[in-house]
Amino acid sequence: MAARTLFDKVWAAHEVVAESPDTPAVLYIDLHLIHEVTSPQAFSVLRGLGLPVRRPDRTLATMDHSTPTSTDQVFGAVPIKVDAAARQVQRLEQNAAEFGVELFAMRDARRGIVHVISPELGTTQPGMTIVCGDSHTSTHGAFGALAFGIGTTEVGHVFATQALLQRKPKTFAVNIEGPLRPGVTAKDLILAVIGKIGVSGGTGHVLEYRGSTIRSLSMDERMTVCNMSIEAGARAGMIAPDETTFAYLKDRPRAPRGALWDAAVARWRELVSDPQAHFDRSVDIDAAALEPMITYGTNPGMVLPIGGAIPDGAGDEILGKALAYMGFHGGDAMLGKRVDVVFIGSCTNGRLGDLQAAASILKGRKVAPGVRLLIVPGSQEVKRAAEAAGYADIFKAAGADWRESGCSMCLGMNGDTVGAGQYSISTSNRNFEGRQGVGARTLLASPYTAAASAVRGLITDPREML
Amino acid sequence: MEPLIRVHSKTVVIPSSNIDTDQIIPARFLTTTTKDGLGRQLFADWRYASDGSPNPDFVLNRPEARGAQVLVAGRNFGCGSSREHAPWALLDFGFRAVISTELADIFRGNSLKNGLLPIMVDDATSQWLMDHPGAEVDIDLAAARLTLPTGVSVAFPLEAFARHCLLNGIDELGYLRSRMGDIERYEARLPTARSS
Repeated sequence: MAARTLFDKVWAAHEVVAESPDTPAVLYIDLHLIHEVTSPQAFSVLRGLGLPVRRPDRTLATMDHSTPTSTDQVFGAVPIKVDAAARQVQRLEQNAAEFGVELFAMRDARRGIVHVISPELGTTQPGMTIVCGDSHTSTHGAFGALAFGIGTTEVGHVFATQALLQRKPKTFAVNIEGPLRPGVTAKDLILAVIGKIGVSGGTGHVLEYRGSTIRSLSMDERMTVCNMSIEAGARAGMIAPDETTFAYLKDRPRAPRGALWDAAVARWRELVSDPQAHFDRSVDIDAAALEPMITYGTNPGMVLPIGGAIPDGAGDEILGKALAYMGFHGGDAMLGKRVDVVFIGSCTNGRLGDLQAAASILKGRKVAPGVRLLIVPGSQEVKRAAEAAGYADIFKAAGADWRESGCSMCLGMNGDTVGAGQYSISTSNRNFEGRQGVGARTLLASPYTAAASAVRGLITDPREML
Repeated sequence: MEPLIRVHSKTVVIPSSNIDTDQIIPARFLTTTTKDGLGRQLFADWRYASDGSPNPDFVLNRPEARGAQVLVAGRNFGCGSSREHAPWALLDFGFRAVISTELADIFRGNSLKNGLLPIMVDDATSQWLMDHPGAEVDIDLAAARLTLPTGVSVAFPLEAFARHCLLNGIDELGYLRSRMGDIERYEARLPTARSS
C-alpha cells in the first residue's frame, strides 16, 4: 500500500462511500458534539421531517456559548440575565429530552466548553471523526482525531444519518523543530504559525503538526495548537497520538478499559503518517527562535513578537483600517501599551495547564489598579482542579474575578463583554472587530503574557516575571 | 429548497479582505433559535451607529444598494466561525451570490446548502468588479459562468454535486438518506461506540 498520512488513514477508515467526480464521499461520524447555539434549527428540521436523532449514543450535548459565568446566575437564584440566552438554554434542555440526547445541563458537574469536556471525559479518542457546529472543533485533532466544525444544516445531517457528505481536503505538513524557550508557549507557537502561513493559508487543507517540538508538548498544549487551525483557514489540525496521548486518556471516565484499552492503544499506535507519505504542502518552523507573540490588528495573522513594533500601515488599506480600529499607529512598540481588561480562558487556553501558567505569574502579585482580570475555567472539572491546586486562591488574592466555566468573554454573547474602545489582552482565539463586545479591541496572547500584563496594566513581556 | 438557475443583478461592493463571520453577523445575535429575520442584523456593527440609527456611509444603507442580489467582497470572505447564521443573514437581506477571490471553507459549504452562491473569481475579474460597483452581472449556474456587462464571461469552480442540488432544488439530506443502507452496513463492522 502507498505511504499514507495520518489524515489519509483516518479518512479512509470512515469512508462509507468513496467520493467520485459527481458525488462527495459519505463520511461516517463517530462523535457528534452539540451546544445550545448551533443546534436548535437542526432539531427543528428533524421535527419537521419526523426523524429521530439516529445515534444518540454518539451524540453529546453541553451548554457553553451563551451561558453566564457568574456563580449567582449558574447556581444561585438569579435568572440568566440575557433573555434570549435563557431561551436558548431552555430550548436545548427540551430538545435533548425529546430526542434522547445526553446533556450536561447548566448545573451539571461535567459541564463546560464543548472542546474542553470531551477530551476530559475521554470521549475524544485517536482515530475518530468528530464534528460539532463550532469551528474550534479542530481542537480534538490533538488526539489524532479528524475533527472539524460544521454548519447547522450539517448538524441536522449528522443527527439524521450519523454521516456527512464531504470532499476530501488536501494535506499540509507543519514541521516544527527545536525546544520552546522559557516563557514561550503553545499559544505563541500557533500564533507564529498563523503569522507565517496567513489567515487563509490553510484553506482547503487539513494541517498535521509534526516534529520534535510537537512531541514534547502536553495534551493541553497540543489542544491549544490544534484549536487555532481554523484561524489559519484550515478545516482541521491533527497531531499523531503517542505515549503522551495514551497517558492522558488512560482511566478517563469514557476511555476504554482493560482488554479494550490494550486493543485500542494497539490500533492507535498505527495512527502516524508513514515516513514517505505525501503532503500537498508543507512549512518549517524553528521553534527555538520563537518569542512570546501578540496580535496588534483585527485578525490573528496580524501578529508579532511581543518586543516588536507595529508594521507601517502606509499604503496598506487593510492594515490601515485595522490599526484605525485598534487605535494604533505603524511603528508603535507593543510593550508598554495600555491594558483595560485581561481575559484568561476559552477553548484555546482554558485548561488546567493554562491556569497553572497564569497562577505562576500571579502568585504573590496584584492586578494593576483599574484593570479587570477575568479568569474563566474551561470546564467545571478544570474549575475544581484549579481550586484544589490552589490556583483559584492565587487568582482571588491577586484581585481577579474567578468564574464558572463557559466561553465567556471570547465572544460577547453571554453577558461577559469588553467595553467600546477598551484594550483587552485575551487568551482566546479571535481578535476580530467587535468579537468581545461592540468596539472592543482585542490582543491575543498566551496566559503568561495575559497575566503579566494584568499585573502591570501594560503590555508586558512575561519573561520579566518568570 | 427552490431550484436556483440564474442570478441577474447589480452588485454591491464591500472591498475589505478577510471579512469574518463576526462582521457578517455579530455573536450577540446568535441567541436566536430560528433562521428568520437575520437580515436586519447583517453587518450590524458597520451598518448601524451605536444609537441604532443607520450609518449613512455604509454601502448597504445607500439607495444604490437596494435590490442588489450580488455581493462582491475582498479575499477570504466568511472566515472565522462555523455559524450558518452568516449565509442565513445574507439571504434574508436579499443576496443570492457572494463573489470573492477566496471564500472560507465552512462558509462556502454553509452557503451552498442554503442556496447562496459562493463564487470564486480570479484577481482581474475581482478587480474589475471592485472598480465597477453596481455593475449588472449575470450568473448562469448550469454553465457555471459569470458574465460581466462588458460581455466578458468567466467560469467559476462549482462542485458537480452542489450544482446538481442547486439546479434541481434538491436537499442534500435526501441524497444522504438514500445511502442509509451503506451507512448501516458500515456500522455493522464497527466495534461498539463507547465502552461505558
